[in-house]
Amino acid sequence: MRWNWEWRVANVVVRFFSRVGAPLTDAIVKFGFACRFFVAVLRHTPTSLLRFSLTLREIWFAGVLSVLIIGVSGLFVGMVLALQGYDTLVRFGASSSLGILVALSLVRELGPVVGALLFASRAGSAITAEIGLMKATEQLAAMEMMAVNPIARVVAPKFWGGVISMPLLAAMFSAMGIFGGYLIGVQLLGLDAGSFWNQMQSQVDFRLDVLNGVIKSAFFGIAVSLIAVFEGFDAAPTAEGVSHATTRTVVTSALVILALDFVLTAFMFRGA
Amino acid sequence: MKRGMIDFWVGLFAVAGAAALLFLALKVSSQSTQPASSSYTITAEFENIGSLKVRAPVKSAGVVVGRVTRIELDPERYVARATLALDNHYHFSRDSSAEILTSGLLGEQYIGLEPGADEHNLKQGDRITITSSAIVLEQLISRFLFSKAETAGEQAKEHTQ
Repeated sequence: MRWNWEWRVANVVVRFFSRVGAPLTDAIVKFGFACRFFVAVLRHTPTSLLRFSLTLREIWFAGVLSVLIIGVSGLFVGMVLALQGYDTLVRFGASSSLGILVALSLVRELGPVVGALLFASRAGSAITAEIGLMKATEQLAAMEMMAVNPIARVVAPKFWGGVISMPLLAAMFSAMGIFGGYLIGVQLLGLDAGSFWNQMQSQVDFRLDVLNGVIKSAFFGIAVSLIAVFEGFDAAPTAEGVSHATTRTVVTSALVILALDFVLTAFMFRGA
Repeated sequence: MKRGMIDFWVGLFAVAGAAALLFLALKVSSQSTQPASSSYTITAEFENIGSLKVRAPVKSAGVVVGRVTRIELDPERYVARATLALDNHYHFSRDSSAEILTSGLLGEQYIGLEPGADEHNLKQGDRITITSSAIVLEQLISRFLFSKAETAGEQAKEHTQ
């Protein structure tokens, strides 16, 4: 009787630790799988770059179709930045610095980060859904039956399409945002156009600010594209599995973008 | 979507992205930090640098002629040593003086170079000997208050006599 009671307690303890450990081991296994998947994608990169029309089609899907949302969002973000920034700067009599504020925040942070978040929800989810559905309808298996490697034929072009599109989209976001800031600052609030552009140009450094923003967006492009193709490839081959995978792409991408942004910012702008 | 149309739109997309980058490079930003090859460095020692920062501009007659590249404390004499990278185009005589100034009331601090009359110019590694420190607002106020109190005390003394 007594032995039985102790046995039960031990059983509860063991179950508790297994409950804690299972998600951890799952996550580690998945991470390892993602890393090997990344290596496989890189290994099949030459084939997808040689048949560049495949990658071109993916740039069209991921990049060209995202231009509208990126451009419009950038314009509005820049206009809001200008309105809010003006409200604060005018109290210190520094409203002529509005251009610097708008340009620096867009080029350093908002262009790459918000651009990548929009890219993940617009293009990343579509990539995951497409690959996941191809898996669910056994198209990937059919390719393998025909001795066509699905990673070389489907995954690698989508990955590189995303990687190539992302920095271009981020640059467009920043450019549209600065144009929006110009519209509000100069056209609506009546700042002097010359001082708006001149102060901006004298305070924004090409290497330190613009190039670092481009490097950031390249990192985000790699991260988002990898997450999107991996989640699609890893999806359970059911309707529910594909929907879960699509959700996971958006959530994981957002978290990875923001965490990666902190790390990159800490490296790039620490001493400046 | 036909193959030709995809090529067209992707091409347009790439050109638009490149144009955005070009806009950021030419219209929005500039190469403000000078490359190390076209500048020479000199040092200047100050008793107090206030809130001067690395990358702060060095100006002469209001024109930016260089940047502060390094700030450190001399551990023996307890003075601040600022290293300045000056543009190769500009030469200053050896008895030039440096002072730390503030742009506007609350603006950033910068180093102002006042040219001297010596025939020899400052060379790589030289040191500016005539410097004046940053004005620290607290010290200025306390000095003002002390002098005020002193005159008030003297007046009171005269009054009682």
